[in-house]
Amino acid sequence: MSFLRSGTASAGDERREAARSGISGTAMTLVSLVLLALAWQVAALIVASPLLPGPPAVAEAMLRASADYALPRNILITLGRVAASFLVAMVVGSAIGIALGRSRALDRVFGPWLIVLLNLPALVVIILCYVWFGLTEAAAITAVAVNKIPNVAVTLREGAAALSRELDEMALVYRFGRLRTLRHVVLPQLAPFFAASARSGLALTWKIVLVVELLGRSNGVGFELQTAFQLFDVATVLAYALAFTVVVQLIELALIQPWERHANRWRR
Amino acid sequence: MTGIILDIAEKRFPATAGGPARLVYQQFRLEVVPFSFLVLLAPSGLGKTTLLNMVAGLDHDFAGSTRFEPPPGRSFSAEGPRIAYAFQSPRLLPWRRVRDNVALPLGGDPEAAEKAMAMLREVGLEEQAEAFPERLSLGQQRRVALARAFVLDPDVLLMDEPFVSLDEAGAARLRDLLRRLLARRPATVLFVTHDSREAVELGTRIVRLDGVPARIVADIPVGLSAEERRLPEAVEERRRAVFG
Repeated sequence: MSFLRSGTASAGDERREAARSGISGTAMTLVSLVLLALAWQVAALIVASPLLPGPPAVAEAMLRASADYALPRNILITLGRVAASFLVAMVVGSAIGIALGRSRALDRVFGPWLIVLLNLPALVVIILCYVWFGLTEAAAITAVAVNKIPNVAVTLREGAAALSRELDEMALVYRFGRLRTLRHVVLPQLAPFFAASARSGLALTWKIVLVVELLGRSNGVGFELQTAFQLFDVATVLAYALAFTVVVQLIELALIQPWERHANRWRR
Repeated sequence: MTGIILDIAEKRFPATAGGPARLVYQQFRLEVVPFSFLVLLAPSGLGKTTLLNMVAGLDHDFAGSTRFEPPPGRSFSAEGPRIAYAFQSPRLLPWRRVRDNVALPLGGDPEAAEKAMAMLREVGLEEQAEAFPERLSLGQQRRVALARAFVLDPDVLLMDEPFVSLDEAGAARLRDLLRRLLARRPATVLFVTHDSREAVELGTRIVRLDGVPARIVADIPVGLSAEERRLPEAVEERRRAVFG
């Protein structure tokens, strides 16, 4: 009599499975997006109103906005702000998070501040920054960064608290010194936490940047959206939204995911 | 080379949520002569690892001192003796390649990469130099840990059950490797184990600890020659003579 044992696939098997069927996976994504466009077109035909333009109308608006390079220019300006505030938030947030994760005393004193900041509405931070520092570029970037810093700090605090004591001792015995311990022992352990906060950080940052631009800047995607809003020009609103979403998705695919793969290449 | 003088007036573990405070050592004195291979044999949970950590400078929370005596007519650099520590688990950096793991203790040495490769050749892992540690078997990882310890050309070598959780054949191969490495790069060794066979095969002196606080209950010289240590029968015979 035969005895059949069925195995359960591990996460690794699933990943390999996904890699093997990568081409069909991309094809499925395309099919899904085409379906979305079709549904959108059908809805636009039924409503038949300039307030819900179909894909051709939005494509036309995109071309119109690109004719004088306004669309690419504004996207670049906004991306610049995203990059600047993202960088500030990652550096400051990581430093705070690592300090709190390494010291229980600091965490007891300043941990509650993080909770307050986490729950402060983004809009309040933006208004306060503009009121206190004026309608300047620095105020805009500070406002976005302050919104993101507590998230980064909380994530990195988890990472720093979970650092391996064993590897720390190893580095101490073998006299790695501070810098080499940081580079070879500490930062690699924090890499997954950097990746997690960078990923959620990018998503959060670019959404807040648009609000900041809408409230106090005279260029960028957020400003253009406001102008289009005042004219009830929904086609332009959708054109900007679509173009910017595509750019952000490309950054995720071209920068963040390859870096994550590189940082994780040692895993079995 | 280097002698070690341990003089622990008192070492206690503070009370934790799990239990009351515990006195581990009191008026504990142990001298390790240069080039000796001293095996600390004791039941687990007695404080052997604690002792190694105090010697390694990882644990400063005790009254007393651990001193290193330089060989006659020589003195240490400002940093003190070169200390290598083979831990109970290999403690390799999983995100660094095998070769880099071995090269890292050498710091800014311009020949670090070559020395690491030469060391890996000695432990028979040249082929795995570019691999990441987690792709290696536990036995191979322990070899890498040995290579990392010996690449420093250490004065003092601390070993905390470094061959535990290997099968007997694998452990025997590693003990053999350790003896060969020590023959080429003599060091003063402080080796912790609870395996009396291992103690006899490797040690030149066995110190048994027992009790709370831990005291030396036996101090046994092992007069085996290098050839005899290679013969399992000779080791076993000596073990029976010592431990009955």
